[in-house]
Amino acid sequence: MNRVAWEHFPHAADVGVRGFGATPAEAFEQAALALTAVVTHTEVKAVIPVEVSCEAPDLELLFVDWLNAIIYEMAIRKMLFARFAVTIEGTRLNGLLWGECVDVTRHAPACEPKGATYTALKVEQNAEGQWSAGCVVDV
Amino acid sequence: MDTNRFTRVDDTTWRVEPHGAMRVPAIIYADEQLIGDMDDKVHEQATNVATLPGIVQASYVMPDAHWGYGFPIGGVAAFDPDKGGIVSAGGVGFDISCGVRTMLTGLKASDVVPLQRSLADSLYRQIPAGLGSRGAITLDPIDMDAMLVGGAAWAVEQGWGEARDLERIEENGKMTGARPDYVSERAKERQRREMGTLGSGNHYLEVQAITEIFDAKVAEAFELSIDDVVVTIHCGSRGLGHQIGTEFLKEMAVAAKVSGIDLVDRELACAPINSEVGQRYLGAMRAAINCALANREILGHYTRRVFAHFFRKCDLALLFDVSHNTCKVEQHAIDGRQRELFVHRKGATRAFGPGQLSLPDALRCVGQPVLIGGSMGTCSYILVGEATAENKAFASACHGAGRALSRHAAFKQWSGRKVVDELAERGILIKSPSMRGVAEEAPGAYKDVSAVVAAAEKAGLARRVARLRPLICIKG
Repeated sequence: MNRVAWEHFPHAADVGVRGFGATPAEAFEQAALALTAVVTHTEVKAVIPVEVSCEAPDLELLFVDWLNAIIYEMAIRKMLFARFAVTIEGTRLNGLLWGECVDVTRHAPACEPKGATYTALKVEQNAEGQWSAGCVVDV
Repeated sequence: MDTNRFTRVDDTTWRVEPHGAMRVPAIIYADEQLIGDMDDKVHEQATNVATLPGIVQASYVMPDAHWGYGFPIGGVAAFDPDKGGIVSAGGVGFDISCGVRTMLTGLKASDVVPLQRSLADSLYRQIPAGLGSRGAITLDPIDMDAMLVGGAAWAVEQGWGEARDLERIEENGKMTGARPDYVSERAKERQRREMGTLGSGNHYLEVQAITEIFDAKVAEAFELSIDDVVVTIHCGSRGLGHQIGTEFLKEMAVAAKVSGIDLVDRELACAPINSEVGQRYLGAMRAAINCALANREILGHYTRRVFAHFFRKCDLALLFDVSHNTCKVEQHAIDGRQRELFVHRKGATRAFGPGQLSLPDALRCVGQPVLIGGSMGTCSYILVGEATAENKAFASACHGAGRALSRHAAFKQWSGRKVVDELAERGILIKSPSMRGVAEEAPGAYKDVSAVVAAAEKAGLARRVARLRPLICIKG
């Protein structure tokens, strides 16, 4: 399990996800945990690995692409993910996700993310050097 | 928000004069209470839309508006291709052609109430809802393309609907100009096993009873009487539309820059209508509209099957099917001259008044049904388009109650179990895989739908015909 350093923030109709970390990659991993928590508060088992990769001209667009890559895998595999490993090299991101198939009774999914948006999109480093990555997700 | 930021034109019309980069004014239709309760972001987003190239007349906002993505939810904006007008993926949204259909059952509440629980259980079993649910239909690549071109007409050909429905669906159930070849493989993959699924969030299937008639003449034309039972379905183009929205939002953020369009918000991502990207988006978006029309037709078919099992003589007839997240090419009179405009409605319902040639004979003399969803515990409304709406906001009206509280705040405030129990005491059965989902969609998280439709009526957008109360609600 990744260490917990994420939060949800409110949006009128939907929900914002934000992750924190020592590096952008760590912040991205934490935000992915926040994305899973949008769907379920139940524990998700990290048993099946899935690989994703994406590319975008800047870190903020890359962050939205990363969340959208997870949303895509959730949708087509009908899975939820519990653990994430991200490496970022230049404009490219490689990610490993570990999760399990949705069990409707156990996970009781509250909603189905449609896509990550550019609303409240921010990837930044604060004065102490900590990174945060967040945006609103349309559910 | 602070009403002093607007020029008040009349009781329900609030205007922001063009300033800065705005090309046209922003006009919000709402009463003082509704506009007071709106987030400041609605003002910001409505004025941002007014900066987009080729916008005609004004950036309009409906009474149920709230903070959206680039465009406010409840936003209406029309663009002229001959004036450098744009088409915006953000202006349509992720859930392309999300919409509502209402079907008449020919039953009275007294027929349904004795069987209410079994009917709710059966609908919940037959209608796949929520993340992790599976549809019964899998499309191969040939069927997928046929569906994306044929829409509800395709569903009818497959035996998942009835031909008589088509004239009661926008575009006669089949949006022309759809280009499956502009839809990515990822979008198609996301839809391969999603046909006939309801989705989640604010999507629902409700069995409702009519509790009040406001306009007897129009109600007669719509075949609505007190205590009649109807079924209303709210959903959209599922994963396919979400993926198209995601991909074009990214592509248009780049395309806007290339076209020299200065976006004040990245979410306004757009491209000139007369550009390669713009045309490609329109082709893909129209395919997604067909996906939504087909999906609602299939869900209607499933509903018919369940009702036929419980009520031998019942015949579900479609009143109307209308989308509220679209961009449509329409003719509108601007300064006495007909112009072809690309009308974006994002969380706003098309609301044609009487005389519109695209309406079927039975509806043409009274106007288009405008279907307004409430929340699980409150009422829904059926309105009719007003002739005055044409000049108010390109024949558009509100689409629902609109959220008042975030999902986050709603979850903190309510327990899903308690919401379900309280509604059951009031004769409303909720079926959902998630109690947290129910809490996030609690009736109290929405604005007062009655205030919204009263404001829409006062503003001359659409007129109330009937009010409905829920008996059964299936939530994803």
